[in-house]
Amino acid sequence: MQPQPFETIPPNFMESSRSTTMLLQRLVEPAPRMGDPIVKVSFASALATRERTARPAAEVAAALDKMEAKRLSFYYGTKQALFEVSVRIPARCVTALIGPSGCGKSTFLRTLNRMNDVIDDVRIDGKIYLDNQDIYDPRVDVFELRKRVGMVFQKSNPFPKSTFENVAYGPRIAGMRNRSLLAETVEHSLVRAALWDEVKDRLNDSAMNLSGGQQQRLCIARALATNPEVLLMDEPASALDPASTARIEDLIFELKERYTIVIVTHNMQQAARVSDQTAFFYQGRLIEVGPTNDMFTRPKERQTEDYITGRFG
Amino acid sequence: MKKFWQSGEPFIWLAGAALATGLIMVIGLVLLIMINGLGFFWPKEVVRLKLADGQTIIGQVTEREKIPQPEDSRPDSPSYRIKIKQGNRPINSADFVWVDEPQIVDRKTPSNIVVIERREWGNFYGVIKEVKEGGKTIAEGPGAGWNSLQERLPEARRLLDEIRRIEKKDIGSINFAQEQIRLQQKKLELNGITGGPEFDKLETRMSVLQASYEQHESRMNELKQKLTAAVTVSIADGQEHEVPLAQIVRAFQPNQMGMFAKTGFYLAKIWEFVADDPRESNTEGGVFPAIFGTIMMVLIMSVLVTPLGVLAALYLREYAKQGPVVSMVRIAVNNLAGVPSIVFGVFGVGFFIYFVGGSIDRMFFPESLPTPTFGTGGILWASLTLALMTVPVVIVATEEGLAAVPRGMREASLALGATKFETTWRVVLPAVMPSILTGLILAMARAAGEVAPLMITGVVKLAPALPVDGNWPFFHFERKFMHLGFHIYDVGFQSPNVDAARPMVYSTALLLLLIVVLLNLAAITLRNRLRKKYATSAV
Repeated sequence: MQPQPFETIPPNFMESSRSTTMLLQRLVEPAPRMGDPIVKVSFASALATRERTARPAAEVAAALDKMEAKRLSFYYGTKQALFEVSVRIPARCVTALIGPSGCGKSTFLRTLNRMNDVIDDVRIDGKIYLDNQDIYDPRVDVFELRKRVGMVFQKSNPFPKSTFENVAYGPRIAGMRNRSLLAETVEHSLVRAALWDEVKDRLNDSAMNLSGGQQQRLCIARALATNPEVLLMDEPASALDPASTARIEDLIFELKERYTIVIVTHNMQQAARVSDQTAFFYQGRLIEVGPTNDMFTRPKERQTEDYITGRFG
Repeated sequence: MKKFWQSGEPFIWLAGAALATGLIMVIGLVLLIMINGLGFFWPKEVVRLKLADGQTIIGQVTEREKIPQPEDSRPDSPSYRIKIKQGNRPINSADFVWVDEPQIVDRKTPSNIVVIERREWGNFYGVIKEVKEGGKTIAEGPGAGWNSLQERLPEARRLLDEIRRIEKKDIGSINFAQEQIRLQQKKLELNGITGGPEFDKLETRMSVLQASYEQHESRMNELKQKLTAAVTVSIADGQEHEVPLAQIVRAFQPNQMGMFAKTGFYLAKIWEFVADDPRESNTEGGVFPAIFGTIMMVLIMSVLVTPLGVLAALYLREYAKQGPVVSMVRIAVNNLAGVPSIVFGVFGVGFFIYFVGGSIDRMFFPESLPTPTFGTGGILWASLTLALMTVPVVIVATEEGLAAVPRGMREASLALGATKFETTWRVVLPAVMPSILTGLILAMARAAGEVAPLMITGVVKLAPALPVDGNWPFFHFERKFMHLGFHIYDVGFQSPNVDAARPMVYSTALLLLLIVVLLNLAAITLRNRLRKKYATSAV
């Protein structure tokens, strides 16, 4: 993949989905200028916050591969959305997928639990392994797979049911009938999603009455209730205010002790804060992947540097 | 001027005017129905008219109108005529009579006139002469006669009620059981059994029932013997006429009643209208069987149409591959809503009654043939026909609801390892419940007001029994039933006594409106509760 000159980048490159959070951060932090060693300046604080929690690059490199994509290509009809993406996702680490809108990072995320299967007329080439088993193998039960690889969506989407029923949904689907066992699972999941203290007295109220941030944590709790091994998060904080975003990020730090997490984000600060490994996608191709510290301080590719310094978009 | 048009002001006025016109029409219609329908039960005063030709008429004034083409046509002072309900059939040949006002010499409202509502032949107007019991005179004169009549009426009514109870309930169920035994016997005969223990068992049961029947019958005759009292009334022309107490529904003296008594009477009449069986070929009494039939039919229809429509919509929207075929099916379904209802009725007769019903009869009820059981109009077939007629409404409403369920909700469920069916059943269906109910509300409103297809699929002028009663299996879906919409048509246009029946048209129409409103309110309440429960907030 050749680095593209700045001029060829389409003008609608970052369009609407660029989050307000990011704009705000631009206002707070000094705007980067051409030629400055801005990378280090603008991400210093974000990288500093992760000192506490981030795994060292060596540990990330040594971790087992929980999932791995090999030469993965994806097509919507005749339009190719992913071009031979190969990436390993280390166990119990946070992998951030960054890139401009329409670069294929969400599509890639959705191939990891086969959520793209529900869309008509899609085609996939290449392989994705979960614990060294190809998940697109015809013998794989896709519903079992989705119980192992949970997902949290950009827009919080609780079911129009009570908080309890929302979290109990997955276990019920999996066949759990025992009331006390269900209650235990629900409590456990809510505790892990750092929501228990806020909702324990109103478990039977409609989940729709919760605030946006609480709803998103409820969705995380719901995903945790099926006891997954991998948690996929598609811009989980993009619709939330800074305080709620911070809570979600804290949650991610805690969750990675148990789960392997893949997070799509538009917010580079967030990627720098929460992830151990970062992958940069551009126009359906994986441009660069590496330990987060390296990505944000010494990117190898010109495009990566341009993107994370905000030089395009 | 151009600016005025561009401002959109005229358009707003036009839109407002359109809405106002619609509202005025609806309110006017409802008011017309209410005034005519509710006024009917008010006890009007009774007048005694002496005419120029020496004739005397006693009755209630029901209408007053300008004479369209008076013989001595003087346009400056138009003359009027009044319609008098004179009753007293069959002594008078007509219930109603028109009297030209210029012909009236004397008009009085004597307080001692009594109106007697009879079980047959309608009202009786006159002055009480005497009250007899068993041929002996007990009380004489209007005052004493009235008091003695008031004393005796409750007892007579009690006896009559008991007779009716025996007739309807006891003897009715014996008849039902005997009919069942007769059918069983015939079934055995069809299978070539004409004797043996089974046959004898039926015979003994039959004779037991027959004994019980005779017992009830003798008890009934005994009760009838007790009803010997009668009241003698002198009518307008001085003739005397005897009315047995067994014939009296109620007697009242409207000219003596105060506001309070009239209101009580009015409410009692309304209650009778809502809760009693019809009398006198539907021109008097109540419409309870019609109310019951209408509600039961609508409920059966709802039970049939909801699963059918919802499943069809689910397939169309969730499972079928969207394409030209599905589009055509959708257009066809929408057009089905525009097919004239009588066409559905004809289909109901041809397919449900003759084909399905006839087949059921041949398979399960051969013993009662050639009398059809299911092979004739009945409440089940009428409800099925209407369900077919209203299914497009439910399909369209459900489809719209399904389209409005956010994709995120389905994805959330799928991402938790749920199959498509589990997602549809546990997440999508509860979320479209309000839409389904909206469809059902529209379907019910249409079905409750429908008459044409019902006339040929099971509605009758007078049904001998309700579709639900105490005889096993309690619900008799094959029975014919009465319906308020058809009742309106029947009393309005098919009645032998049109003048007496016409006010019933308004009352019945009002009742039908009320029932539709109530059914809808129930469904709307349910829908709003579900909406609150399943509200999807926009975060």
